[in-house]
Amino acid sequence: MTDAPLSPVREARAVKRFKRAWDSDFAYSFRRSPVAVVSFVVVAILILAAVLAPVIAPHDPFDPATLNLMNGFTPPMTENQFTGEVFLLGTDDQGRDVFSTILYGMRISLFVGFSAVLLAMVIGVTLGLVAAYIGGWTETIIMRTADVQLTFPAILVAMLIFGIAKGITPPEFRDQMAIWVLILAIGLSDWVQFARVVRGATLVEKNKEYVQAARLIGRSRGAIMLRHILPNVLNPVLVIATISLALAIIAEATLSFLGVGAPPTKPSLGTLIRIGQEFMFSGEWWILFFPALALLALALSINLLGDWLRDALNPRLR
Amino acid sequence: MTSLISVRGLTRVFDVSKPWLNRVLERLPKSYLTAVSDVSFEVEEKSVYALVGESGSGKSTIGKIVVGLVPPTEGTVEIEGVDLSRETDAAKVDRIRSDVQMIFQDPYASLNPRWRVRDIIAEPVAARGGETAGLAERLLEQVGLSAADASKFPHEFSGGQRQRLCIARALASNPRVIVCDEPTSALDVSVQAQVLNLMSDLRQELGLTYLFISHDLTVVQHMADRIGVLYLGRLVEEAPRDTLFEAPAHPYTQMLFAAAPRMDAFGREVEPPKGEIPDAINPPPGCAFHPRCPLAIERCSVERPEMRTLGETRVACHRAEEAVRRFRAEPATAE
Amino acid sequence: MTETMHSDDRANAAAVLSVRDLVVEIPTRAGTLRPTDGVSYDIRAGEILGVVGESGAGKSMTGNAVIGLLDPPARIAGGEIRLNGERIDNIPRDRLRRLRGDRIGMIFQDPLTSLNPLLTIGEQLTETILEHLPVSQSEALERAVAALEEVGIPAARARINSYPHEFSGGMRQRVVIALALCAEPDLVIADEPTTALDVSVQAQIIALLKRLCRERGVAVMLVTHDMGVIAEAADRVAVMYAGRLVELGPVREVLTRARHPYTAGLMASTPLASLGHARLKQIPGAMPRLNALPAGCPFHPRCERAGERCRENPPPTLAACEGRAACWFPLTPETEESAA
Repeated sequence: MTDAPLSPVREARAVKRFKRAWDSDFAYSFRRSPVAVVSFVVVAILILAAVLAPVIAPHDPFDPATLNLMNGFTPPMTENQFTGEVFLLGTDDQGRDVFSTILYGMRISLFVGFSAVLLAMVIGVTLGLVAAYIGGWTETIIMRTADVQLTFPAILVAMLIFGIAKGITPPEFRDQMAIWVLILAIGLSDWVQFARVVRGATLVEKNKEYVQAARLIGRSRGAIMLRHILPNVLNPVLVIATISLALAIIAEATLSFLGVGAPPTKPSLGTLIRIGQEFMFSGEWWILFFPALALLALALSINLLGDWLRDALNPRLR
Repeated sequence: MTSLISVRGLTRVFDVSKPWLNRVLERLPKSYLTAVSDVSFEVEEKSVYALVGESGSGKSTIGKIVVGLVPPTEGTVEIEGVDLSRETDAAKVDRIRSDVQMIFQDPYASLNPRWRVRDIIAEPVAARGGETAGLAERLLEQVGLSAADASKFPHEFSGGQRQRLCIARALASNPRVIVCDEPTSALDVSVQAQVLNLMSDLRQELGLTYLFISHDLTVVQHMADRIGVLYLGRLVEEAPRDTLFEAPAHPYTQMLFAAAPRMDAFGREVEPPKGEIPDAINPPPGCAFHPRCPLAIERCSVERPEMRTLGETRVACHRAEEAVRRFRAEPATAE
Repeated sequence: MTETMHSDDRANAAAVLSVRDLVVEIPTRAGTLRPTDGVSYDIRAGEILGVVGESGAGKSMTGNAVIGLLDPPARIAGGEIRLNGERIDNIPRDRLRRLRGDRIGMIFQDPLTSLNPLLTIGEQLTETILEHLPVSQSEALERAVAALEEVGIPAARARINSYPHEFSGGMRQRVVIALALCAEPDLVIADEPTTALDVSVQAQIIALLKRLCRERGVAVMLVTHDMGVIAEAADRVAVMYAGRLVELGPVREVLTRARHPYTAGLMASTPLASLGHARLKQIPGAMPRLNALPAGCPFHPRCERAGERCRENPPPTLAACEGRAACWFPLTPETEESAA
């Protein structure tokens, strides 16, 4: 075989590609923005920590066998008076290591966030694209539906969907289904943003001459939407997706905080905060403080990253 | 010579009403814009037919109707005897579609920025499942670019080069007719010359027919064999190029010639034309040009002039003879 | 101060605007770009100087530098700009802003963006007049009406309470001209004032500009890419290429007997009536980008007259070649004859 997986030619090409990416305006604007770099590092660390939770976490908070009720309410970095164990961020009422619960909680929060945004994106982009390109009654129905949904707070819509879904699932599956219902609820309450942005961008793109050229060639509507317009409206979608991710994580936390989200057996950051606030006034502040801090860091850095992305992708501001 | 494109009684009305809800609330009637009104002309094979007019003259709309991007409200466009908007035989429609291509005005908007040049140029063939190997490279060299450009993206090219790419794409399906909608008005003069020369060369080489749409009289005079002058969606005059420029028979054509800036008219002091182009939603009754026309009489404001033949010229004016006489008497305004 | 009084000060005194060796720089991460490099010209009262060039030639940048409207990071890096003999390139921002309204009027390509859509044209005109002239409210209104009448807006008194969107494109550009002239400036900078307009309206606006320039003795800098507009309106013409002034002279001289090969090429590539279907002369290639200027004369890769000297040395300055063409091998009457 002459075609080695990393022949010198290929390597050179890969290096060239990397150099070009590094030299691009996009990368340059990233390097020049301390906020973007710091938020990117924070997000990367948090996501990595969440993904690698089973490896990093000193305890498995979902394994009752490793729990020791005697460890309950141990303050951070303090020796437990009964067992002598030390916990980085303390323990909660059931003796679970707060650091570990945060890692696992973030895992669930991020999973729900990413999936919900993905769902919202697929629905929103499809509907926005179709509404703008087809026009007429199709557009009216889609966009008026979106308008109506916008008049309700997203969290209310999510709670409504959550409630309906809960009502129709049999009780024995409820805990397993809870996560998926959360994703569905948040995703369905968040598609409007994507639809509006994509519709606006599509209305601009569809009148451009390259789309007319494609129509002239005899391309079908589907092909034009998918192959010509979609790639050109993705920039704003990326920005909205990033900011939506932060919002979805917060929405998940809110729902879980209100007790309609992730069950205590599979706690997300929101569930942890709900559990923690019960102990806030009795002196065990760390049970609330550290999950809340993690949520703040995650949401804030994703948001800042989204802000930078919006500026970097906006040709008018460059 | 047979006519390749035959346009008869072409009319296109656009609904420019406000949305239904606003109309109901504000008690507004529907409003319509007649972009093209009863236009007829024939384009002979292997000739260049130019449509010239100012904004709102409907010249671009006619171009879009001819290529089938916009359906006509009334009238017909026949290309090689086939009416695209009524023909039901799919094979015939497909043949005409690949025979008629278009070059657009804005070289920055007419190429998909996310596609590679190779895919852009080959798309007309690829869309029909044709053989595209080497096609883009061959066409790139034909339009004066290099075959190596095929793997680049549009943003790596200048405006003039992009227009060459558009020409290459238009040539991909071996068309007989190319509709050119202001192909050089976004380009600088020196680049415009390159593109116009390329278009002339290709026409000679490939025996193409051009429907050339422009507002620029000098470009039209350079390129066209026959010229139609449009005003507010109506064809007001049509003649072979030299006839039109030597003896314009419609007062509007005469005004246009007098108003166009000329490179040899240093410090020219002429009375500029009066008035502006009226609103196309409520065009003047009778002859649309009568409010600005120095020769207008009572009849012009009542009766829309029919197209009639005057020597080699077709003109829609009640006072064409008078206009020609006046133009001959004081050629200074046009010199 | 007295040291700076040169022998050409008398010439400066007559010039309303005098630009000397103007350099505008834009620092970028790839290096410093010079969209305007060593440009010098004068405009006298009652004179229209046409600044012509293709896109990217730096003609608008020069105009913006004169009125102090460069978008950062672009900045004036050298040379001087004098208005009626007084330097204006190094004065504080707020003084320049006052000066801009008082003594310099501006007309831009798109009339819609230079008018405030929320104010009636009467309000905009009287506001400008009150700010720059010591007159009462009622007199300002009278002047506003007079200004509109002067630029040919019918029923000016009735239309003074209309909003910009109620006017057609040509009428709007007339309003902009009235606005530029109502504070009685000495200099008007018109940047592509007719590019967005139809041919018939363009002719009206050019005629209006010429009349106002003559009647009021205003100096006008007319920036355009259209040689036809230059031929009709300008008294003298400055041709720009890649940020440099390549030729400067009386319009008839420059357009009919160009000395610089670029000007000559530009004229030859314009489709003229006499040429008919003949091939157009074309200048090969395109204007270089500012970040990739060739060494020597920036035009030499496209120039058929270029020699060794052009590839190595920057072209002579305009002052060194009798103020006509910045070129080592200019076209002269003799070369024209030999060609013919």
